[in-house]
Amino acid sequence: MRFRFQCNEPARNPQLVLITRKAEFSASHYCASPDLSAEQNEALYGKAARPAGHGHNYVLEVTVAGDIDPVHGMIMDLKVLKDLINRDVVDVYDHRFLNHEVPPFQRVVPTPENIAKDIWLRLEPGIRAQGCRLHGVRLYETPDLYVDYFGPRDAERDGAAEG
Amino acid sequence: MRLTRRYPFSASHRLHTPELSEEANEELFGKCNNPYGHGHNYVLEVSIEGEPDDRTGMIVERRVLDDFVRRTVLNRVDHADLNNDVAEFQDAVPTTENLSLAMHGWLKAGWNAEFGNREATLGRIRIEETARNSFEVTG
Repeated sequence: MRFRFQCNEPARNPQLVLITRKAEFSASHYCASPDLSAEQNEALYGKAARPAGHGHNYVLEVTVAGDIDPVHGMIMDLKVLKDLINRDVVDVYDHRFLNHEVPPFQRVVPTPENIAKDIWLRLEPGIRAQGCRLHGVRLYETPDLYVDYFGPRDAERDGAAEG
Repeated sequence: MRLTRRYPFSASHRLHTPELSEEANEELFGKCNNPYGHGHNYVLEVSIEGEPDDRTGMIVERRVLDDFVRRTVLNRVDHADLNNDVAEFQDAVPTTENLSLAMHGWLKAGWNAEFGNREATLGRIRIEETARNSFEVTG
């Protein structure tokens, strides 16, 4: 008998249980705003503004919230989560030059803040389709710099829903 | 959204309080009470809450943050003897609990002057004393 994995929304249970899956991808980028001059970009981003780009081994942690299923003991099938992350993030980002190859970074500065937001938008529908809730995305640009994103604020989400 | 930056620093300290006897200090603090002190490669994490600027894509500029943390915190503790070089520890034990509180206070005291014109607030700070021990202050 195959279990049908179904996430239970944590709202019914005040205790929050989270699972996190880690992934890595290597990519190059440069940080420069098209609205600023070269001198302004250099002042803001330093060496990261050089248009030839530079690279990072990014580390991504994807956290999903849910209740532990009383039968199979899992919040979500981690193989499914792994496949979603590979399909929606790693296959898109890995070994790419973000500014040239990964939308929206032709026009949006690929800071880790903006990349974390983009990863959220790519992952959330697939996780929701599994009946689970994406809780957070953590993105390490380097071991000493990382961003945590917990989803759009209500105003942004409502605005997006209204189109 | 939260941005976290990690800053390593090295410092020495000795855990000892004059309010207890020598024997009580040794029993309470163990090896951390050894009279010559000992050192750690600490790591300070500073977390900032905010939203990325629409133009720059950053919650705060890295250079500005690094310079602020260096001036307000790291210059006081890096390669220092916490017991003798840091004023706060003349009458307090330089446990990493107390160090976390001190650092949080230094950052908070200078925060508005540096970042008051932005939508970026100081979130938590966290200090790794060793690979196994870490301490966190929020609020």
